[in-house]
Amino acid sequence: MIINKLADIRTSEITPEHIYLARRDFMRGTIASGLLGAATLSSSNVFADSSYSAAENANKGPEWLNQKIAQAKADQQKLTESLTPYDSVTGHNNFYEFGYDKTDPAKKSQNFKPHPWQVEITGAVGKPGKYNLEDLLKGIDLEERVYRLRCVEAWSMVIPWVGFSLASLLKRFEPDSKAQYVSFVTLKDAKQFPEQKSVLSTIDWPYREGLRIDEAMHPLTILAVGLYGKTLPNQNGAPLRLVVPWKYGFKSIKSIVKIELSEHQPQTTWNQIAPAEYGFYANVNPTVDHPRWTQARERRLPSGLFSPNIIPTQMFNGYAEQVASLYKDQDLKKYY
Amino acid sequence: MPTRWRRIVIFILSLLPLVVLVVKAATNHLGADPQKAVVLFIGTWTFYFLLITLSVTPLKKLAKQGWLMAHRRMLGLFTLFYAVLHMISYFVFILGLDFSSFGAELVKRPYILLTIPAIILLIILGITSTKGMMRKLGKNWVKLHKGIYIVAVLAWVHVLLQVRSSYADAVLFGVLTLALLGIRIFWWQQKKSAQV
Ligand code: HEM
Repeated sequence: MIINKLADIRTSEITPEHIYLARRDFMRGTIASGLLGAATLSSSNVFADSSYSAAENANKGPEWLNQKIAQAKADQQKLTESLTPYDSVTGHNNFYEFGYDKTDPAKKSQNFKPHPWQVEITGAVGKPGKYNLEDLLKGIDLEERVYRLRCVEAWSMVIPWVGFSLASLLKRFEPDSKAQYVSFVTLKDAKQFPEQKSVLSTIDWPYREGLRIDEAMHPLTILAVGLYGKTLPNQNGAPLRLVVPWKYGFKSIKSIVKIELSEHQPQTTWNQIAPAEYGFYANVNPTVDHPRWTQARERRLPSGLFSPNIIPTQMFNGYAEQVASLYKDQDLKKYY
Repeated sequence: MPTRWRRIVIFILSLLPLVVLVVKAATNHLGADPQKAVVLFIGTWTFYFLLITLSVTPLKKLAKQGWLMAHRRMLGLFTLFYAVLHMISYFVFILGLDFSSFGAELVKRPYILLTIPAIILLIILGITSTKGMMRKLGKNWVKLHKGIYIVAVLAWVHVLLQVRSSYADAVLFGVLTLALLGIRIFWWQQKKSAQV
């Protein structure tokens, strides 16, 4: 197996101008819409301080990554909505490779080894290969992105990720004209992921997800390597995961080992299990219910037992201004 | 142990799940999404009590544990108790007491709709579980209380329709329900052939 080394290229050199411009438009747009606020954490973020220090204490990441994360650019348009505290972000997860209970991933991921890690990039690209994570991140500047995360199960969080735009990475591998879709695959290793052995699971491992190329290249789409200023905890998809904030959480695949660019729409895990319940697009949409529950509302966690924090769900999870144009000719009731 | 003491012990044991739940709630041990945790916890215990209740007769016949018969009524009533609590927790924590949307929810969600006959049946069985009612209904009492089998099947379909990432719950409850109903079908067949 050949481990390619990537040249040290600055992301700014390879990110085409239109993406930069789109991102600038997005900043202006969102600030104008009043959705996003001050550059610093607002006082409503009561959990922020204790959460950043909790992340510090829990942190197990390798030194090179922590150093890189420490240099991450602050999010200039932080959401004014309260951050979800670290305990909830890391204690309430769907990561079925570790178990089906929301607390299983935190409990059963202690022995997972996210470093060293390799990612294979294949398909319709000029420079396919298998890369060490460290090499993959060379020359990439990290930034903090505070995003809403809306789970298809009608709960939601606000999480300060640390990552980089997926577009900046994909460009380096020179996608060709056949690259219409991007698919992602999670590690398959039953030694580390106990549930991959289970005969009762509905999931055909490994977990797979996919995006249309324009979704993948959208400036909001990131690959995350950290949260709350430290490397990703195992239960949150260490060492490398996707974050697509306008789609239901299951699209944001964890612990990625393979990225493939292809001409045809890839098979994705949940769509395969229950196509009537989970579409390929899975855009957050309060007008299209899941067959078993409404998507019009969400429980913003942590939600107290007798002080439920139930809020209306926003179209595209509140990112309509930035992403609605991707779907302007698409019937979202049909392509949910 | 005299029956009266046993009764007290079983009563206290049957309340334990509720005590555990209250302690967890009071000490913030229900996780980040406690509303859902409560509904699932109580739903799971409703099913356990249903299975325990259905085990009384087989345990009497197969393991000669006839003393349990004296407690079948209480176990059945605890099944009803937890079922009602599960439903109330759904109303309070999932529906947010928005009863105007309950009708629409029922129409759209078969897995909830089918619990309505189950809960009505359980309530009827609870009301007619007294000694007086037993006497009054005579032979019909036994027939009526076979309704618990229908409750069990509905409860299992209720869980089956919720399968997402794992069949574990559906298989666990399914196997136990099937075993407890299957043995009755077997006895019934035996009795029928003995009569011929
Ligand atoms: C015979 C009575 C019932 C039994 C034995 C029962 C049992 C269960 C069980 C075991 C679960 C958990 C399923 C799983 O996670 O695998 C569950 C979930 C649920 N039950 Fe029931 N149930 C009963 C009646 C009801 C009734 C009357 C309602 C409402 C009117 C109801 C509403 C729900 C809901 C909404 C959930 C899913 C909660 C969620 O995931 O959001 N159930 N039930």
